[in-house]
Amino acid sequence: MSGIDVIGLTAERAMGMLRAGECTSEELTQAYLDRIAAVDGDVHAYLHVDAERSLAAARAQDAVAGDALSGVPIAYKDLLSTKDVPTTAGSRILEGFVPIDDADVVARGNEAGLVSLGKTNLDEFAMGSSTEHSAYGPTRNPWDLTRVPGGSSGGSAAVVAAGCAPWSLGTDTGGSIRQPAAFCGLVGLMPTYGTVSRFGVIAFASSLEQVGPMALTVRDAALLHQVIARDTDRDATCTGPREPIVVPDAGRLDGITFGVPRAELEEGVEPGIRARFDESLAIATALGATIVDVELPYSRHGLAAYYVIAPAEASANLSRFDGVRYGLRVDAPDVRSMYEATRDAGFGPEVKRRIMIGTYALSAGYHDAYYVQAQRVRTLIRQDFDTAFQGVDAILLPTAPTTAFPIGARLDDPLAMYANDIFTLPVNLAGIPALSLPNGLSDGLPSSLQIIGPAHSENLLLRLGAAFEAEHAFDVVPPSMRSGA
Amino acid sequence: MSAPWQRDGYEAVIGLEIHVQLNTASKMFCSCPNNFGDEPNTNVCMVCLAHPGALPVANAEAVRQSVRVGLALGCQIPDVSEFSRKQYFYPDSPKAYQISQYDQPLCGEGIFRVPGADGFTVRLTRAHLEEDAAKMIHAGGEGGRISGSAGSVVDFNRVGTPLLEIVTEPDIRSPEDARRFLTLLRATVIAIGASECDMEKGSLRADANVSIRPIGSTEYGTKTELKNMNSFRFLERGVEAELERQLGLVQAGERIDQETLHFDPTTGTLSSLRSKEQAHDYRYFPEPDLLPVTQDQESLAALAGHLPELPVARFDRLSEAGLVEATALVLATDTGLAAYLDDLALRTGDLKIAANWVMGELQAHLNADALSAVQSPVTPERLAALIALVVDGTINQTAAKEVFAALVADPAATAAGVVQDRNLAQVGGDDALGEIIDAVLAAHPDEVEAFRGGREQVIGFLVGQCMKQSGGRADAKALQGLLRARLSS
Ligand SMILES: [Zn+2]
Repeated sequence: MSGIDVIGLTAERAMGMLRAGECTSEELTQAYLDRIAAVDGDVHAYLHVDAERSLAAARAQDAVAGDALSGVPIAYKDLLSTKDVPTTAGSRILEGFVPIDDADVVARGNEAGLVSLGKTNLDEFAMGSSTEHSAYGPTRNPWDLTRVPGGSSGGSAAVVAAGCAPWSLGTDTGGSIRQPAAFCGLVGLMPTYGTVSRFGVIAFASSLEQVGPMALTVRDAALLHQVIARDTDRDATCTGPREPIVVPDAGRLDGITFGVPRAELEEGVEPGIRARFDESLAIATALGATIVDVELPYSRHGLAAYYVIAPAEASANLSRFDGVRYGLRVDAPDVRSMYEATRDAGFGPEVKRRIMIGTYALSAGYHDAYYVQAQRVRTLIRQDFDTAFQGVDAILLPTAPTTAFPIGARLDDPLAMYANDIFTLPVNLAGIPALSLPNGLSDGLPSSLQIIGPAHSENLLLRLGAAFEAEHAFDVVPPSMRSGA
Repeated sequence: MSAPWQRDGYEAVIGLEIHVQLNTASKMFCSCPNNFGDEPNTNVCMVCLAHPGALPVANAEAVRQSVRVGLALGCQIPDVSEFSRKQYFYPDSPKAYQISQYDQPLCGEGIFRVPGADGFTVRLTRAHLEEDAAKMIHAGGEGGRISGSAGSVVDFNRVGTPLLEIVTEPDIRSPEDARRFLTLLRATVIAIGASECDMEKGSLRADANVSIRPIGSTEYGTKTELKNMNSFRFLERGVEAELERQLGLVQAGERIDQETLHFDPTTGTLSSLRSKEQAHDYRYFPEPDLLPVTQDQESLAALAGHLPELPVARFDRLSEAGLVEATALVLATDTGLAAYLDDLALRTGDLKIAANWVMGELQAHLNADALSAVQSPVTPERLAALIALVVDGTINQTAAKEVFAALVADPAATAAGVVQDRNLAQVGGDDALGEIIDAVLAAHPDEVEAFRGGREQVIGFLVGQCMKQSGGRADAKALQGLLRARLSS
């Protein structure tokens, strides 16, 4: 065992230790590997850990005079392609699949000198809000092992909350970074659509998803976002951020106007969540901000629009998994039967459900009533936000209407599962950024505040988040995970 | 229009869908080389093999070339166009969808004129850019075809090749016109350099939508689609066979089914590939991985302004210069030959004389030696020097042909040099010709008698004899005059 206590260790602090020569990347990496060995059997947040590979990468960083982040460990959601390292998307159909190239975001991480600890669990193809839809078994919430960590980036959230990585990358299609960050007491940033490359991200719903950081602090989230928010020539929809990402300091909120869509809060929000949210409004006021009401009348249709558009895109994106070129193949007498047998064996029930919804929504005769109509709603939701941002700097909402729910509680009720993303998925439909950060506890479980801003307002969101974070003084380490616990 | 196909009160209604593989350096959505005939599955990558996480990036040059084709065909170019996903499962489609265009194509409506005394126009519906499928080879099937095949292999080199699909309205009225239209369209695409349009290699493929209707009707009959006719002759024959088949059905009181047909050129028969009931639902939707393509009027004007002379315009120019239609058409559709002609005409100052040489001696030599005009050792400069010797009367046509052959055989030779070395300068002086005539008339008293007796045509024989005597060098015109004068005296 190395002597480094990695529980609750921020990436910024780890970076400071490395740069000050207090430890080597190899020692730090070993400390995380030890921690993984100690608790990941219970949490089950990693799908793939290759200790030798990680240590070799750490030694390589120790051998060079690297950049600021050189040698800091990280964990990657297993939806992100990693060259020569198995990448499954949480699906049987990609069991044993080894990508021939890194996702752009992983390549950016490598360039910055980050050391990968492994690949984290997720709902199969990022379809889910609990990580229970992983073909490799559910991940457990470090705050309460009988509860889900949220999803789909549940593994990326749990590894950070459990001290098994200082930070991680997740992807967010309808809340998949923010909701698990909320359930696990972390900071999660969903960036503006088109500012982070999707190349190498195994596609679920192309027009909705972005890669973003999951971290213990707002500053860590900003540091990691600096690494990944880049232009690329491998994703035609990505032009990078409009301005450099700034690591924020806490400060006052004088002159800031927050909008609160109160109508959205009236139903289905747990009392504890609501109470913490109202306390944050009071904090904002105390810091000098103004709170006004805003209306997002179409956002209540966001769930319905999302569950047409996302499955429609998914139904096409997942068609490539046909057993011909890679991944699982179930042999059959002819090619059509082979497709059917392979896809039947390779996909789990939630993935099949969404492929069927999407295929139906795009079929002749239904296309206009579902797909085209959903796109109209999407446009209206975007306009709702545009209108709101004419009067406010940012919008405040809880990230999720509930705290982490028990494993199995919503598995048989897809609609209840989908409803957990009610506050997050309108943001994806609008393509705008949102920051989720811890907002105290409700019955001993993390509650969370979501700050939504106009396109390219990441620096503002990070600055606002840092202000709340300083006031919340949230202890990011779950009680059961604390040293000696 | 050349004679429309009309039989027993019915007329033909034909529309074409033409696929042109663009000759860009790289594929449509990845940077793999766009090469025909390489070792199978060598020009492939994460993107064109549809690995998880791979994303398409549109080839700007393919977009530019497509717009140039659209402009050359007289299409409107909309400000915004969009890629869409066309979904179907088949091993030739790694993503199980083809990135194509649906309701917002790169090139919109246009009108294409087939010129000439019996010319006609064809309205173009659209031209859209998409990616080609992989090549399936059905092992064990005859000629790589699926029937009788035990298994299939896939060559992904072709997948992702930029493909421009040009769709016409059903404005064509005969199989021959279909061929004429396609010939001119092909020449237009070749002229702007966007594709080689080699039907044998598959870089130009044509499908035909065929129906018949009572003459004078404005409604359309049920159409069938003939797939992938890989030569102009097969296109013409396939459409002809289908028209006859449809007429037979109608006359027998039977129904024409909407179906897709394959024409077998060896047997001349048509077989059904799939019926309307089996038609795909492609579940199109806008491609979220690509941004819409936008055009600004300034760049479009610049592209349009820099197009080379197009075959239709060239046909008009050559016709107006006095060339006969058949000659003008050949030269209009062969960019290389036309460029040679223009160069030659500039040097000789006479387009018609230049055209006669290009269509005659030059083309015969190019065909015999399998060369393109630009490859010929007889450059426009060398040929112009030869023509000058004919025009100024130094040599006659017979000698000129010999000089031409000498220029082909020896790239270092000059026309004047050959004339001198072989003593080919024509014999034109009255004295020299007079001697020959005297000798010939003396040797053929019977023919002289016959001519004087009224059998005028005998003069041809006597001219020939004189020409022979001169070693082919006599000035034919002068010879005729002198001979007549001598016979009449
Ligand atoms: Zn490629």
